Formats: sequence, C-alpha cells, structure tokens
Amino acid sequence: MSDIEQIPVTLTVNGKKVQRFVEPRTLLIHFLREELNVTGPHIGCETSHCGACTVEMNGMSVKSCTLFTAQADGAELTTIEGMANADGTLSALQEGFRQMHGLQCGFCTPGMITRAHTLLKENPNPTEEEIRMGIAGNLCRCTGYQNIVKAIQYAAAKLNGTDIQEAAE
Amino acid sequence: MNDMTPTREQREAALEGMGCKRKRVEDVRFTQGKGQYVDDLKLPGMVFGDFVRSPYAHAKVTKIDATEALKIPGVIAVLTAEDLKGVNLAWMPTLAGDVQMVLADGKVLYQNQEVAFVVAEDRYIADDAIQLVEVEYEELPVLVDPFQSMAPDAPVLRPDLEGKTEGAHGPRKHHNHIFNWGVGDKDETAKAFSEADVTIKELISYHRTHPSPLETCQCVASMDKVKGELTVYGTFQAPHVIRTVASLLSTIPEHKIHVIAPDIGGGFGNKVGAYPGYICAIVASIVTGIPVKWVEDRMENLSTTSFARDYHMTTEIAAKNDGTVTGLKVHVLADHGGFDACADPSKWPAGFFNIVTGSYDFPTAHLEVDGVYTNKAPGGVAYRCSFRVTEAAYCIERAMDILAQKLDMDPADLRLKNFVKPEQFPYQSALGWEYDSGDYHTAMHKAMDTIGYRELRAEQKAKQEAFKRGETREIMGIGVSFFTEIVGAGPSKNCDILGVAMFDSAEIRVHPTGSVISRMGTKSQGQGHETTWAQIIATEIGIPAADIMVEEGNTDTAPYGLGTYGSRSTPVAGAAIALAARKIRNKAQMIAAHMLEVSEYDLEWDIDGFQVKGNPQARKSMKEIAWAAYHAPPPNMEPGLEAVSYYDPPNMTYPFGAYFCVMDIDVDTGVAKTRRFYALDDCGTRINPMIIEGQVHGGLTEAFAIAMGQEITYDEMGNVMGASFMDFFIPTAVETPHWETDHTVTPSPHHPIGAKGVGESPNVGGVPAFSNAVNDAFQFMGSTHIQMPHDAWRIWQAAKDLGAHG
Repeated sequence: MSDIEQIPVTLTVNGKKVQRFVEPRTLLIHFLREELNVTGPHIGCETSHCGACTVEMNGMSVKSCTLFTAQADGAELTTIEGMANADGTLSALQEGFRQMHGLQCGFCTPGMITRAHTLLKENPNPTEEEIRMGIAGNLCRCTGYQNIVKAIQYAAAKLNGTDIQEAAE
Repeated sequence: MNDMTPTREQREAALEGMGCKRKRVEDVRFTQGKGQYVDDLKLPGMVFGDFVRSPYAHAKVTKIDATEALKIPGVIAVLTAEDLKGVNLAWMPTLAGDVQMVLADGKVLYQNQEVAFVVAEDRYIADDAIQLVEVEYEELPVLVDPFQSMAPDAPVLRPDLEGKTEGAHGPRKHHNHIFNWGVGDKDETAKAFSEADVTIKELISYHRTHPSPLETCQCVASMDKVKGELTVYGTFQAPHVIRTVASLLSTIPEHKIHVIAPDIGGGFGNKVGAYPGYICAIVASIVTGIPVKWVEDRMENLSTTSFARDYHMTTEIAAKNDGTVTGLKVHVLADHGGFDACADPSKWPAGFFNIVTGSYDFPTAHLEVDGVYTNKAPGGVAYRCSFRVTEAAYCIERAMDILAQKLDMDPADLRLKNFVKPEQFPYQSALGWEYDSGDYHTAMHKAMDTIGYRELRAEQKAKQEAFKRGETREIMGIGVSFFTEIVGAGPSKNCDILGVAMFDSAEIRVHPTGSVISRMGTKSQGQGHETTWAQIIATEIGIPAADIMVEEGNTDTAPYGLGTYGSRSTPVAGAAIALAARKIRNKAQMIAAHMLEVSEYDLEWDIDGFQVKGNPQARKSMKEIAWAAYHAPPPNMEPGLEAVSYYDPPNMTYPFGAYFCVMDIDVDTGVAKTRRFYALDDCGTRINPMIIEGQVHGGLTEAFAIAMGQEITYDEMGNVMGASFMDFFIPTAVETPHWETDHTVTPSPHHPIGAKGVGESPNVGGVPAFSNAVNDAFQFMGSTHIQMPHDAWRIWQAAKDLGAHG
C-alpha cells in the first residue's frame, strides 16, 4: 500500500450502496474492476477514446477510465452487470446484440450496450444515423458496426412494441 | 410413425448444424459482462509489473539506477537485463530465427523499448516507481528510412551480429541486412520482359500499421515453487506454442507448465508472438514465487508489441498489347525494425508473399525480398492476414490497375482476360503454389452485374466531363479488387513454427447421455469457435449443437495445436474436427449394427442416426447409440465413444473474392466518401453464414481504416508518431461505410468439408479495393499511383499536385 491519504466515497452501483476509502487518484474503472470486482466494463485505451469502460452515471454515459472515483462520490452507477431484466432474463439490448450478431470478441460489448442503453433513454426511436452518431464514442474492432446498429434497432423496436426486422444475411 | 414423429426437416433443423445461422453461444456471457479476460483475473497475492521504456530510438544505455524506485513502499523489485542474464533470458529467440532483447542490454534500438521491469503491489505504485528509475543514455545516430539501411555509412544497429555474414535465411550483404529471399525463374522472367509489347514499373508501398485489438496484450504468470509448476494466463492466439517456448526458455518441463488463454478481446495477429512482457512477468514470478500480472497500455501496444506490413514493393508487369500478362517481377524492401520478429512459419522469411501472382495466369515470375533493420519496433505480424498475403494482394491488384491504365483497358476486363480458368485447377502458380479450386469468372461476373459495373463506368465518364467543364468539384472512383488468398498453414512438408509442424487437432468425447465435450488446438479471439465448431460436429454425428460444448485455450486439456491466425482454424482444425467426428460415427455404426442385429454394411446414415437400408423404421439415434457405447457395447469392442484427430493438411486452401468500391471525392477538401462497397467472397463450404458475414464486415472495416489513414509513422529522430487512439485511425460507426456482402461457393477439393476459411479475406481484398478507388478517381488527371494511406490531407495533396486546384 502506498502512504497516500485515503478519502471516503459512497456510491450506488447497480442498485447496491457501497462505501470505501480510496486514494484520490484512483480511477473509477480501477475502483469498479479491482475493488468491487465489477469486471464487465473494460480498459481499452485509458484515454477516453474507445469507450470499453463506459458506465452510466446519474443517467449519463461516462467513460470510467478518465474519471476519479472521488468524482463519482454520491453518484448512482449502472454497468453492464445491471442491465439484465429484474427476472434475470436478457434485456432487449442484450438480446438484440445476440440476435443481430452485434458482437464478436465481446470486449467492447459491455461499454457498447451500456452506451446504447442510455442512448435509447435519450432517444427511444433513433434513426440509423442517430444511432451511429450516438455510439461514436465507442470503438469496435470486430463488427464494422453494421450489426451493432441493427442490434440497437432491434432493441428499440422491441421496447417500442413495433415489428423487429430480421438480420440481413 | 405417428403424428408426433419429427420430419426429416425438423430433425435436421434441431441439429443446428453446418450452413445454418446459429446464434452464438459466447454471446450469453459477453452480453452480460461475464466474459473472463486476462485482466479480470485476480490471484491471491498478485502483484503488477510495468516497464521503464526508452525515450530514444537509438542509444547506448550507460547506467540504470533503481535505488530511489526501490525505496517506495510496495515496490518489490526492478529487473534489468543484468538480472535476466542470470537466468539466460536477457535475449530471446524470435519466430524468424533472430534474437531479441527482452530488456535493453547495453543499448536500445527503438523508442519505447523495454529497459527495466518494475514489480510492485499495485499498478499505481509500479507507475510511481517507473518515474524514479534513473537511466542514462548516450544517443546514437538514428536510422528510420529502410532505403538508407544498406547505405555504406549507415549506423550499425546490431553490434551483436557484427561479422555474421550468414543469417537465419542465408547470406547477409550488409550490417543492417537480414535476409534476401528469391523465388521464381529470373532468366525466364527477364526474357518475358525483353519480349513484351508493354511493361509497367511502380514502387508500391504498403505502410506500417498495427493490428490494435481492443484488448491489449497481457498475462498473469504464477509460479508454484513447491510443486515446481508454472501457470501462465495470457492473451495467446497460440497457447500450445507459448507453452513449448516457455519450457524451452525456462527449462521447466513442459508438463509442469500450464498455459491458459481465457477469453481474448480480439487478436488480429497481435497476440501470436512472445513479447518481453510475458517473459518478464514469468521471470518475476519464478523469482518471487508470487503471481505477477502484466497489462500493457494502448500506447505501449501500438508502439512496441509488433507492427504489420511496412513493405516497399517495386513491381513490374510484362504484357502483350491485347492485355495478356506474360511476366511479373517484384522486389520488396521489407522494414523489420530493430529485430526480425516476423511471425511467419519458420522457413518463410517473407511469409507467403509468393502468392503475389494473385488470380492471374502469369507464365513466369520472379520475386526477391530483402529484409533490413531500422530503429523501429520489431514485429511483422500478420494483421488479419495469412503471412504477407495482404501485401501481395495489394501489390498485384494495384499493379493490374496500373497496367490497365497503360493499355487503356478497363481494369475489370483486364482481370477477366488473365484469370486462371476453372479448368486449370488445381493450378500451379509460377511462384510455386498449387491453387486448390476456383471459379474466378463466375464470381467476377456476378459481382459486376450486381453492382452495375458498366453503368457506374458510364456515370464516372460523365462526371469526369462535368469536372473538366468546371461544373463539379467532385470526382468518382471505382475500385476493383479480385484477390486470391492462401490460408490454412499448413502442410508439414513446408510449414513449421520453431520446428513444430503446423497441424491442428480436435478431441471429441460423447457422454453416455449423448451430450458432448470437444476441445481443439485453436483459440478463438472473437471468431465464434464455440458456436461453429459445434455446428461441424452436429452435422457429422447427428447430435444437436446445443448439446455440444466446445472448449479451447487450456493446454492441460486441449490436444496440441498451433492456434488461431492466418485463417488457419477452419482449414486445419475444422478438418481435424470433421475427421474426429467421423471416427466417432464409424464406431457408432458398428454399435448400431450390433443393436439392430444387422451387418454394419446394411446401415445408412440419416441425419441423426443409422437406419437399415430399405427399412428406415429400423433405426438407432446417436443418443441411443451413445448410451449403448457405455452400457452394452458389442463383444470385443472397447466401451466409450470418443476420438482424437490430428490433421496435417495436404495443401493450403485458396479462398477468393471480388470486391468493388465506389467512392466520391471532393478534390478541394480531400474528403472521400464511400458510396458503395460490395464484397463477394468464396470461402468454399459455408459453416455459419451469419458469422461469415460478421467476419467480412469486421475485416472490411479494418481494410477501410488501413487504406484510408491508419498508420504508424516515425519522425527523423525515430519518435513514434500517433501511437494513441487520438491519432491512430480506428473508424467509428460514423465514418464506417455500409457493407454489402455476397458469395459464391467453390468447395476445397482436399478439405473434408470443403471449407476454406474467410476471416482475413476482407482485409486482404478490401485494402486494394479502397486504394484502387482513390487511384482510379485521379487517373483521368494523369495520375498513375498515389501511395496509401489515403487520408483527406494526402488526397487533397495529390489533387493539388495534379493541378486540380487550379
């Protein structure tokens, strides 16, 4: 342990209240992953570019790799671990990503779904262009995004009770 | 039969076998954040390792002082080359027959080279300590331009090789020369050129880039000193090879090393090689007896753990006036950086670059490759590529366009004229390969018809006229690319990694209740093997894919295999899976014969069981047979139902495809918009069309990135430029074009299920399609060749140089 003075933080993570002492410099992503074992959010760049670490904080998408834990004191956080329906079944987005082949290696997926979750709250019926713009802060190296767009459209349709289109291939 | 009996179609569908769009098994955990990647691992007492790196590209290291760093509470050790010498690991062998420093041994050869390894209780403390390790450097002249590597007065980069005139691949002709590799008939090719009606010659460069998977390279090494056993969890595309290398280097017996590759967040070739981080974490754990985690950050990833391409290809084609090609001559200057750590099969210093004759019937060809050292990171990995086939495809596809321009022929017509014809397969290429199967004309015509090629050319012509009249500032390019890949390394007669033949393997165990576990020597990094391998087995042995578990990556349980890269999994392991499954089916047939009291020759296979020929009511399903295998096997037969297969492929496979890119370019801003991108792939038998489409989308997006801007560059001091996601171009959903996919099916004649592999085709074929589109747009202004990458600034510059800005 380093001898840097620790400060108290209180957060709500996926509905559960947590209280800890942290170094002022501890990044939120490290706090989540190493202190709370919430390993769904990933580290891809540590410079806010890739979005693999995306979590929802007080209703907004944030990149937890460039936020100090102290800045999240008092906040309400939702991560991929908090996405499933209350009965444990996959949410519309999680289901959509599987149905539309919106993921391959899975590394960007938690951040991507978490971002899409917030996006659909901001805009429940986005156009393809709005979806592409809305996930521009999240990089994917595997899918070429086309099926991610379809996955989000699938979820939007399901949540809106409209028809769900089939995958193209 | 009663009404409840499922139909044949229902039974077939229930299997979810080959050819269906089975949803992925992996996604259930990945969509819930429950993947298990290396950095998710937390072992008791685990500590962290991180590197002190060189700010200089070329310098002597005169002093390393860790005194202050070691005073920080929580710092456990600082390793240097001197410490590694104690275990004979200051240097390590590379896959290419060279040696590479693990930690700087007296000098550094590229910026960010590993100088010392700090081990500390957490990553923050390790970072603090790095700042306090004092290293003294004495700068040396820097060599960044590969064309200057063999200048008489070029600085000596590798004093360790001084006086060595013989390298791993033959004679060295200069102190910065690595190898010269020649293939083909030099005299015949010279004759073809002397007799040619038309020749072209162009320096076509394929710039340095990086695979950059979203998860960087990382590992956790854990030495159990009591048992004398080492466990290494890591981002390994080839875990068995890593175990063998770890055993050879550490002298720990191979059976006491457990290499485990958990879920991997993308590889694209980056995670094939062995890097100093792995070695240092292993040594640190061996020394301390506690688990050591090493996780590189993005900048370290982009600037040190490998690179891709960096081939400078002087390309000449000889042809007749009617467009018939008569000879090909290529000289490649290959920039390998400070060490030759190229990840190729051992006998292939330039990989399979001799596929450079492409899809065309060149009667003769000659190729030479010279590898040289520079002050850049080592690597030379196959970025979604089968060992330099991407470079080769770009080289020939660009050159064919240049030839078409010179002949004033349409580039698609020139290709059609020169394609290897269907009746020529198996086809012997002038540079030594035997293409297994292909029907290039059908694929090309289908692609041209679908995209409306002739109409697009007419539109382009009209736009050019309008541009000349000053009515528009937008020009249009049509990129044509017809690639032939060579994948599935490979036959033991010519492919090995450090002496281990490049076979692959599968083990299948059918349990008494008819469910299955199967393990392979491959390792998915996103390809979806857990889904597709089960589909092959399901079709072969008639057990539903849902009842088949696929496991990869654990060297203790999986049979030995060479791993996943070079699109080799389906051609090699896919074949092993089918053959292991057929062994099971053969045994099942004998069991079924015993159960039905008939001769096994009176039985026929029917979807999910055996039935008596002419009496389909008399049948036994595989579930029933599996139970019998454990409960009442025939007399004199061993109980159980399992099989292992090791597959040494008789040949490579040769997937191909026709790609078209339609691009609109604003000459005043240099902004290029991809209007359409159409990709027709022929990968032989298609196992899961959904996954194939996904692979093609992803590979095309990488191709788009590479062609249009993704690059690792260095300034004249050897400072690596753009080694972060701020500068290194990874397209977002906004820039990425819309992809149209299509296919033809020409099965491989030598593969048990006829499959050829597809993962890399879109990268191989995509880059020339994009680059040819940009080049095609500027042709009417008199341009012959514009070097990649084609970012907006460079396109603007090209337009300016061509006088398009007035």
